Amino acid sequence: MNSAAETELPRTDDTFVELEKVTLTYGRGDKQVTALGLTDLRIDKGDFVALVGPSGCGKSTILKLVTGLITASEGYVYIAGREVGAAEVRVGMAFQNPTMLPWLTVRENVMMPLKIVPPFRQEYRSKHKTEFRDRADALLKEVGLAGFGDKHPWQLSGGMLQRASLCRALVHEPQLLMLDEPFGALDQFTREELWAIMQELWMKLKPTVLLVTHDLKEAGYLATRICVMTTRPGRIVDDAAVPFPRPRTIDMSYTPEFVSMTQRLRELIVSARPVKETV
Amino acid sequence: MNSQFRRHLASTAFIIGFFLLWEALCWAFNVSDIVLPKPSQIIVTLVQRAPALWPHTLQTLYTTMVGFAFGIVIGIALGVLIGSSRIAYDVAYPLLVGFASIPKVAVVPIFVLWFGAGTVPAVLTAMIMCIFPIVVNVATGLATTEPELEDVMRALRATKLDILWNVGLPRTMPFFFASLKVAVTLAFVGTVISETVASNRGIGNVMMIASSNFDVPLVFAGLLILAFLGVALYAIFSVIESRITGWAHRKDNFAMG
Repeated sequence: MNSAAETELPRTDDTFVELEKVTLTYGRGDKQVTALGLTDLRIDKGDFVALVGPSGCGKSTILKLVTGLITASEGYVYIAGREVGAAEVRVGMAFQNPTMLPWLTVRENVMMPLKIVPPFRQEYRSKHKTEFRDRADALLKEVGLAGFGDKHPWQLSGGMLQRASLCRALVHEPQLLMLDEPFGALDQFTREELWAIMQELWMKLKPTVLLVTHDLKEAGYLATRICVMTTRPGRIVDDAAVPFPRPRTIDMSYTPEFVSMTQRLRELIVSARPVKETV
Repeated sequence: MNSQFRRHLASTAFIIGFFLLWEALCWAFNVSDIVLPKPSQIIVTLVQRAPALWPHTLQTLYTTMVGFAFGIVIGIALGVLIGSSRIAYDVAYPLLVGFASIPKVAVVPIFVLWFGAGTVPAVLTAMIMCIFPIVVNVATGLATTEPELEDVMRALRATKLDILWNVGLPRTMPFFFASLKVAVTLAFVGTVISETVASNRGIGNVMMIASSNFDVPLVFAGLLILAFLGVALYAIFSVIESRITGWAHRKDNFAMG
């Protein structure tokens, strides 16, 4: 199918996302910065992978590469066996900022992917007042925003907007879900509540998820696999499965096994951090 | 509600007060009609000459609206082009600024040369007067669209047209309507300039003839009509603006919802 078959990494038929010797550099000449160096990553269909690492290690870069927002300088990104640009895969994305369009109501914002992404876009005209509207409302209800569909984004709090943003990322039933620190700007309790909602939605819809986060507890709670990255050039140095059964709970994160796992990750990240240059 | 009523009351009182002061000063200093007619006299002229003034008013309004409509279409097209393409921006902007700096009176004779005197040069002058603010505002609105908003769409594999239609243009609406309020008053200026120079119809022409006859009350009657039309159109676009771009002012009850 493609040259990826020659690489030594284990390959299953379920492979959905595949990064092959991907390098990304910014700028040119002396000012050239390698954001991501020779990275291989393979994600199975229906997997939930968390990327953790110090800031500036290229976590978000991987996300953007997989989404096709940026193109690799070298190497290849495959989704469902095809190169990222050619792959006809529905992608959902949620960012640290909720990025709601202020002129639309919350419901209209949530329905936006249905307006853009095929095959829904062909039916948008005929269904946006019935089926699609109900679908958006059902999702909003699931994240605890029932009755807020007609509000405008500025009338909602940050936590509520982030919930709506999750709905927008999921409304078109994406096969691939990209989460770029979506809970990063929220308070502890809202965050934990949204983890539970996220887990529930993932167990129900089973999209392949790539989550970028700084929060090790969050990674441990949500992910089936955690990849640790180093900085400049960004590389994946550790890739481990998370053994805890689902559905996971917040109490689980206080068990010795969970704590020792996050401790191990923490040490990896601290040692991966570049030595501070003294001025 | 109460404070809004009070605001309206204050502004109405101010306008009436302005005309009363004018009237009073004319009486006090015994100002001649030929220099500055009294408001009361202007209104009398307006009523007496109404049958003769009416067709000219319609002509000016019609000319302005046609020119304005063309101006909006061309202005949006140019604005979208310049706002969404860096190259178009660099290439077209200097030309646009240069064009906007030309006094429009100087262009009227050229239009007359090409199309003859009458309605056509007036429409064209109104049009070129109002294009510039529309282009600048639409282009600015598009060029300053937050990249994050576009990323949301690009992650969904939206086409450029999708992004323009769903993010760029709605986000530009507040800029666009702000420019329309300026543009519609400029369109009147354009029409009247052209009517004054080269037409036998319209308020501009009436004022031109009246001033050469030293019929100063009629000149001021023309001014009053123009001011009224300008205010009326400004108000109409303000209402449309607040209905469509209420989100930008965060009105709880804006009508689009």
